[in-house]
Amino acid sequence: MSKSRTIAQRRAIWAWLFLAVPIIYFILVRFYPTLDAFSISFTEWNIVGEKTFVGFDNYVRLWDDPVFWIVLSNTFEYLALGVPISMLLSFIIAYYLDQVRFGHGFLRACYFIPFLTTAVAMAWVWRWFYQPVPIGIINMALGQLGIVQQGFLRSTTQALPAVLAPAIWAGLGFQIIIFIAGIRAIPTSYYEAAKIDGAGAWQVLREITLPQLRPTIIFLTVISSIGFLRIFDQVYNMTQEGEGGPLNATRPLVLNIYKAAFEDFEMGMATAQTVVLFTILLIITIIQLRVLRK
Amino acid sequence: MKQIAPKKIVIWTLLFIGAVIMMTPIIFMFSASFKFNDEIYELALISSEPTLSNYIYLFGNTEFLMWFTNSIFVALLTTLCVLFFDSLVGYTLCKFRFRGRKIIFIAILSTLMIPTEMLVIPWYILARDLGLLDSYIGLIFPGIMTGFGVFLMKQFFESVPDDYLDAARIDGISEFEIFTKIAIPMVTPALSALAIFTFLGNWTAFLWPLIVTSSAELYTIPVGLSSFSGEFQSEWEMIMTGAAVASLPTLLIFLILQRYIIRGVILGGLKE
Amino acid sequence: MRLLIAILFTLTVAGPAAAVEIEYWQYSYKTRLDAMDKLIAQFEAENPDITVIHTDFPYAQYRTKVAASVAAGEGPDVVQLYYGWLSDYLSAEILQPLPTSEFPHSEIEDEFFPMVGNMNVKGEYYALPTAVRSLGLFWNKKLFRDAGLDPERPPQTLDELVDMAKKLTKYDRAGNIIQVGLTMGPINQDHNWWREVLVRQFGGAPYNEDTTKVTYDDKAGLKAFQYYADFVLKHNVSVVDFMDKGEIAFKAGRAAMHIDGSFVLSTFQRARRLEWGVTELPSHNAIKANFSSYWVNGITSKAVGEKKAAAEKFLKFITTNQAMQLWLDDVGELPARKAVAMRAENSDHPLYGAFIRGLDYAYTTDFYSEAAQRKTVVDMLDRIVLTGMGVAESLSIAAAEDQKIIDEGRIE
Repeated sequence: MSKSRTIAQRRAIWAWLFLAVPIIYFILVRFYPTLDAFSISFTEWNIVGEKTFVGFDNYVRLWDDPVFWIVLSNTFEYLALGVPISMLLSFIIAYYLDQVRFGHGFLRACYFIPFLTTAVAMAWVWRWFYQPVPIGIINMALGQLGIVQQGFLRSTTQALPAVLAPAIWAGLGFQIIIFIAGIRAIPTSYYEAAKIDGAGAWQVLREITLPQLRPTIIFLTVISSIGFLRIFDQVYNMTQEGEGGPLNATRPLVLNIYKAAFEDFEMGMATAQTVVLFTILLIITIIQLRVLRK
Repeated sequence: MKQIAPKKIVIWTLLFIGAVIMMTPIIFMFSASFKFNDEIYELALISSEPTLSNYIYLFGNTEFLMWFTNSIFVALLTTLCVLFFDSLVGYTLCKFRFRGRKIIFIAILSTLMIPTEMLVIPWYILARDLGLLDSYIGLIFPGIMTGFGVFLMKQFFESVPDDYLDAARIDGISEFEIFTKIAIPMVTPALSALAIFTFLGNWTAFLWPLIVTSSAELYTIPVGLSSFSGEFQSEWEMIMTGAAVASLPTLLIFLILQRYIIRGVILGGLKE
Repeated sequence: MRLLIAILFTLTVAGPAAAVEIEYWQYSYKTRLDAMDKLIAQFEAENPDITVIHTDFPYAQYRTKVAASVAAGEGPDVVQLYYGWLSDYLSAEILQPLPTSEFPHSEIEDEFFPMVGNMNVKGEYYALPTAVRSLGLFWNKKLFRDAGLDPERPPQTLDELVDMAKKLTKYDRAGNIIQVGLTMGPINQDHNWWREVLVRQFGGAPYNEDTTKVTYDDKAGLKAFQYYADFVLKHNVSVVDFMDKGEIAFKAGRAAMHIDGSFVLSTFQRARRLEWGVTELPSHNAIKANFSSYWVNGITSKAVGEKKAAAEKFLKFITTNQAMQLWLDDVGELPARKAVAMRAENSDHPLYGAFIRGLDYAYTTDFYSEAAQRKTVVDMLDRIVLTGMGVAESLSIAAAEDQKIIDEGRIE
């Protein structure tokens, strides 16, 4: 008995030994910075001088700042457009791709490859595509079809979807792969039972495939929501001087944070916005986890 | 001969068109990188006189090669750190019984909720105070352990039977060796999944490298490409060449290891 | 033996210790770096006890990096900064005033172009330029010829500018512009052209005397803005940010005229098959105006003691006549001292001449935040072009935003 205790103790020592460095790391590089961000958000600080405690002033200033509200609404627009479009597209593609035998691997690779690209690199490729004639290939193609050229990045209404498109494009492959895996994990006995009942394809989709895919759908929704809410690389590289223009039409929260922190040196305002971002992500995750539990 | 249903042909054709659309940006990027400046605005995919001059210029006259090496170095080193530490922590939390185990696991798991964007400002200040701005350590330190990896590895170590490890203990093998020589080889699929995600994430990472580096010698590919593109904006063929070089390694790795990568993505994705 | 040790000791310790090492920072730009290396070599030859370490960073990050590293007690002793950043840098306590013993105010005021006065804040000078820049009108001779215009006669007035732009614009069958008469890029140099040149030419002034009040939201400002916006709205001879950047369109031969700073000279000189010239900005109502901007060199708060003395010596050296001539010859940037600029070989130069003559009647903007104030002009134009807002309303919004930036800047 006493011997087993010493073994347990010895193993506990090993455990702490293994965990020592990671624990210090997580405290220093995750928890302390999180608290630090909260505490800076209550100060006015230009990163050089002294911090001045200002209470909730930064949050009040954000509340009163019309640009912040535009930025927030843009951020939600990325989410509101990005999640449904990418989920719908990826599900449809996955659903049919799963049934295809001929050239399956090739097709799957084509859909998946964009996921492996670098967002910055592809942002510049798309930026070029969107140019007006005589250099932008989309507008040149439209012109050959006799369609009026579009503003894309130079339009207050089209710019945000135009910036969003490469983000959706890059994420699609991942979602498709996960969807296919989800579809294949559904036990074939379910389908056989449905076949015996004489259910049609549509009915099978509605009553078996979709309900069975629920965890997959929720997982992908959470992941893509978080991704679209944090959009930055595309906007920074596709808009003039990385400003999120025209007229702030594409400026998302993270870009606003970056500009506040590293161009205006308003660390208090910047961290206050990170706290807002944190809160939004937290709420969305909690809502989605609750849906999952149901 | 078996008749192929017309519906199937339609579906296949539509999927094929979709696949072509997905590949279009990448194809155009590569195509433009082999063109001279005066041909780049033409829609033809294959240039009448293809050239490697853009690549030669890119590697000979700009800092691209250096950025490329930096990216490889940073992504590889970070991935190695993540593989080691995350599996060590995941293993310990899975296979050891000790007080505080649950709290530590929940604490590490909770870091998944903290967005990087919230941390970059404090990291920047931390790096500045420690003199790590504009250094490799500065680039690497935020990513050497991840909550996701710990979670993933812990899940996978569940499938390693305790008897195996106990048998090794009876043989008198040290705890660290049990971890490296017995436990680790049993979770290689999970490790490769983690490696894929970590490498890809670091290869494409933009925000933190943009913030922490200042000298061009330390740029990673995305940061370098971003500043390079601003400077070379009149020469789209150069930007496309840079973008092509940035995408090439991950594409090549994919073409070689396609099967493993897709399996890894599914593994990592589903456990998340 | 003891003697030997003593000698060795003095050699190893005292020797290197006597040499002062200072660090100089500027942003990466090949010709500037090479020119500065030349100047440093000359300076070190004259001052063997001083070593200058020359460091450069890409432009995009330069401003942030200086602030962060000086705050951390690292970084440069002598630093190059854009004149418009001065107030930011002063509020961040990055710079120290230049001592009047080495840099007498009367000398600065007599010998430099008047806009250097902007470097004087509350009676102290904080930085001095090696070179200055001004705006000019670039025109593509080939496109002029193709349009039936005299390739050697660019527009002299704003009215001519419009007339010629109309003739120089090309459209495709769908009516899309495929060659602009004049580039429009408020995010590049046009915001300066509008603020300091057009507003004045239409009889107004952008700001009051001490730059505390925006004064362009009046009739003159409206006329100036209407004139500018009409290139798109009425004449349809331009596209904002055509080909992403006016400079690109001009270089690609897709823009007939382009207003830009002297710093793009080298870019266009490198462009093959581009036949171009540059001239003074068009006048209006017989009023000539120009905008000047410059990079200045200041001594950071980090430099103390012997480093400070060395930094002063170095700063003095890189602002001499001789340094300025080298800068003009090698970099193509205009001398900041009148005596050098007005040498006949410089002021009659086919390329630099237009810019140097422009310096005579150039204004600078006392920016509180250059990026933010630039954005007010960018947005002002975008509001009318993209959302169809009225010119007067958009101007008033821009003036109010600009005023807000000034007010906030003054409080700090």
